[in-house]
Amino acid sequence: MDQRIIRILQEIVGKDQVTTERADLICYSYDATQQQYLPEVVVFPADAKQISLILKMANAEKIPVFPRGAGSGFTGGSLPTRGGIVLVTSRMDRILRIDSENLVAEVEPGVVTEQFQQAVEKVGLFYPPDPASLKFSTLGGNVAECAGGPRCVKYGVTKDYILGLEVVTPQGDIIRTGGETMKGVVGYDLTKLMCGSEGTLGIITKIIIKLLPLPEARKTMLVLFDSIDGAARAVSAIIGGKIIPATLEFMDATTIDCVRKATGLQLPEAAQAVLIIEVDGEREMLERQAQKILDIVQPLGVVETRVAATPAESEDIWKVRRLVSPSLRKVNPDKFNEDICVPRSKVPEMIRAVEAIAKKHAIPIVNFGHAGDGNIHVNVMIDKKVPGQQEKADQAIEEIFAAALKLGGTMSGEHGVGITKAPYIPMELDPAAVAYMKTIKKALDPNNILNPGKVLLD
Amino acid sequence: MAKHKKLEDYREQIEQCVKCGACQAHCPVFGEHKRESIVARGKVALAHALLNDEVKLDERLVEDMSKCLMCASCFDKCPNLVPTDEIVAAARREIADQQGLSTFGKALTTVIKNPRLMNTLAKSGKAFSALLFKKVPEQSGLRLRFPLPFVSRERSIPEIAAKPFRERHPEVIPGEAGKPTVAFFTGCMINYMYPEIGDALLKILKFMGVTVLIPGDQGCCGLPAISAGDSATVEELSKRNLAALTRRTPDVILTACATCNEGIGRHFKHLEGEYAAMAEKVMDMNVFLVRHGLDKLLAELPRKAVFQRVTYHDPCHLRTQGITKEPRALLRALPGVRFVDMEGADRCCGLGGTFSVYHYDTSKLIGARKVPGIEQSGADLVATACPGCMMQLQDTINHAGLKPRVIHLLELIAHDLPA
Ligand SMILES: Cc1cc2nc3c(=O)[nH]c(=O)nc-3n(C[C@H](O)[C@H](O)[C@H](O)COP(=O)(O)OP(=O)(O)OC[C@H]3O[C@@H](n4cnc5c(N)ncnc54)[C@H](O)[C@@H]3O)c2cc1C
Ligand code: SF4
Ligand code: SF4
Repeated sequence: MDQRIIRILQEIVGKDQVTTERADLICYSYDATQQQYLPEVVVFPADAKQISLILKMANAEKIPVFPRGAGSGFTGGSLPTRGGIVLVTSRMDRILRIDSENLVAEVEPGVVTEQFQQAVEKVGLFYPPDPASLKFSTLGGNVAECAGGPRCVKYGVTKDYILGLEVVTPQGDIIRTGGETMKGVVGYDLTKLMCGSEGTLGIITKIIIKLLPLPEARKTMLVLFDSIDGAARAVSAIIGGKIIPATLEFMDATTIDCVRKATGLQLPEAAQAVLIIEVDGEREMLERQAQKILDIVQPLGVVETRVAATPAESEDIWKVRRLVSPSLRKVNPDKFNEDICVPRSKVPEMIRAVEAIAKKHAIPIVNFGHAGDGNIHVNVMIDKKVPGQQEKADQAIEEIFAAALKLGGTMSGEHGVGITKAPYIPMELDPAAVAYMKTIKKALDPNNILNPGKVLLD
Repeated sequence: MAKHKKLEDYREQIEQCVKCGACQAHCPVFGEHKRESIVARGKVALAHALLNDEVKLDERLVEDMSKCLMCASCFDKCPNLVPTDEIVAAARREIADQQGLSTFGKALTTVIKNPRLMNTLAKSGKAFSALLFKKVPEQSGLRLRFPLPFVSRERSIPEIAAKPFRERHPEVIPGEAGKPTVAFFTGCMINYMYPEIGDALLKILKFMGVTVLIPGDQGCCGLPAISAGDSATVEELSKRNLAALTRRTPDVILTACATCNEGIGRHFKHLEGEYAAMAEKVMDMNVFLVRHGLDKLLAELPRKAVFQRVTYHDPCHLRTQGITKEPRALLRALPGVRFVDMEGADRCCGLGGTFSVYHYDTSKLIGARKVPGIEQSGADLVATACPGCMMQLQDTINHAGLKPRVIHLLELIAHDLPA
């Protein structure tokens, strides 16, 4: 990159906060998609003003800018696919305030999700969104991807907790969207537009977050079923019974097998599906709710139930779920994790479709995920070194998307589009909707500076 | 042969990293500086680039590889079990092979390789000051940039013992028939700086009736040299320790220092031949004592009316091996102790051996994260099971102006045992 540009960047953010060292370019060339694109320069701005100046310069010089939080994205959203500037928010990591009176907090985008959760829980408040990456992903990245997690079934996703934002527009203006109030309908809802925009419409520099009171207690149950159908019917039955658990996670037979093999965990052979159900709220209510759930699911082929009596036992149950990812490697070294989402009642049909696809291509596909909201993590397991496997996986993934769409679902419940799903956009969105989105992007970012080539292929 | 693996030998493990980023949550150094080149994922990416000739072993890369405590916290939590600490050690060997040892590395290994020199230096009370002041040139950037640990006026260090531990005791201390024979691997810090820890362990072992061997010719566990990338010294030390520790075929080789346990335990497992067999015998004293029922024995003693509030710090080299319950079981059983777990007990203290020499400022920042937990615990004493951690924790506590004193768990046990 032009030395002149580097000098301008150094003037904006300070000499130590700009790097073109090869070691750094390599270190900011990847995310969890395992694809690699080298940037030309990496910058670590401290605030919105600096980011505004960077974007103004980028517009004048026509240099692409790629925002990056923790780089834990599964779809390549932060990858510098066209060289240019990687803009990292790691220095913007302050929790600015937690307002216990109004149940509102304000944070910078580089705050790590779990650190924020712990901070609010210390004062008896609750921030529910809990992506599995919460220990390392950033709130800015969560907002940009509209991340979700197990608790979404009851509490919703990231965007349901965002009241307002400070955003640097692609052309370098600093704007505020939304505000501090629980309600607000003045103008277009730019806050919601930014949530899930994957860093293509603006750079988030402050986030105003809505908080809830911390539930007094939780109760965790592990229910083993003799069929995936039973487990899926249980999900509908629980929700039909007017109980919304805080989480409703499921694992299919292949997943259970992996966990058994990898960890020696004792799960009966008859178990073909598992639900992890957690209810939260006032302590006195939980016992009754748990019992009601167990009564509802009992006729649906339950092999065994375990109800945690202590937090430690509850932790043991969650451990089963957490062991899933690490144990998958035992099946095959390479994993393609797709996070399709279908209407809750269609989960069994979707699983059957995936099983048929796995059989057809003779590759293992492992399913687990958030049954409560129909979000299934479909993991196509291959060994890339075996010739022909990658092609099979690609084919299978396309068929999985098609099956999800046919059932009225979507090809991504939480990981976003980025670059890995962009080619499939025409399968899900009709051309007029895509054109509408492109008009928005073009109007806001006429020079296509901000995260070009992501979400919508341009 | 005590041969080391090359970086190339780790290629497969390097390629096992799926770049998920989970290690960002567990790397103490990343926690302070938040740059990718510091965290395991970045280091693994750089090691890979090095193997593929995509990056040169320049000053910058040496600096990046130096920013690792070798605490293995990333390995412990990595879903794909990528052994970053070993990969970093292999990269450092590559650096040392190509560019020679750093000045500090040279000074350090001259001393640890040579027990006589170590003894002399220790006796004159200058082991570490000599090491740093004499061997590091006056004009070295190291001396200018970092307030030298061990000698810095800012840093608290224990006094050097008047007489090293191994010189105070015979090589064989016979126990009761039918009880196991243990070889005590003292390590440098217990031998030269904290002999009272060794005395405490001896008192306990005598009480239990085991036969104790204290081979006089044992050497440093080698971890500082591993960390400096000095494979020649590691090989020499490995040979010496193997000979010394297996001469009388002990049932168990006991360590009272978490770092030594890693050095002659986990590390020896990677070497060829008899080394791995010897490593199988290495056991941390917490595990040994609990396995032989000492916690139950202690719990049966009459509880004292006056007790001390004690909290515990998990040394990384024990925590990452899953040794966290045993020390707590011992502490809970002690008649004169009220045990309180502190928040962040599992956080690294920030020492990382040579890391704290090169990066004392970062080391202090990492250490300071322990302060709120220690304070809130209300403890009179902070117990731990690694003399290295003890030194760093005491330094941290002194900087923060807190009251608690740091103590080795063994000293507490020895104190509460009937005479
Ligand atoms: C092990 C693992 C588990 C995961 N589990 C889940 C899960 O359960 N649910 C889920 O939803 N996701 C999950 N993810 C995916 C990922 O963690 C989320 O998408 C997360 O929100 C990304 O955050 P990040 O800070 O890493 O962002 P990055 O990956 O750095 O960036 C993600 C996107 O956000 C943009 N961006 C980042 N910061 C800003 C900003 N300040 N302003 C504007 N745009 C910005 C980037 O340009 C990019 O497009 C998981 C990932 C991993 C590796
Ligand atoms: S946790 Fe392990 S696999 Fe994930 S990025 Fe770190 S080293 Fe790689
Ligand atoms: S060994 Fe410790 S310091 Fe080194 S990369 Fe891993 S977690 Fe970080």
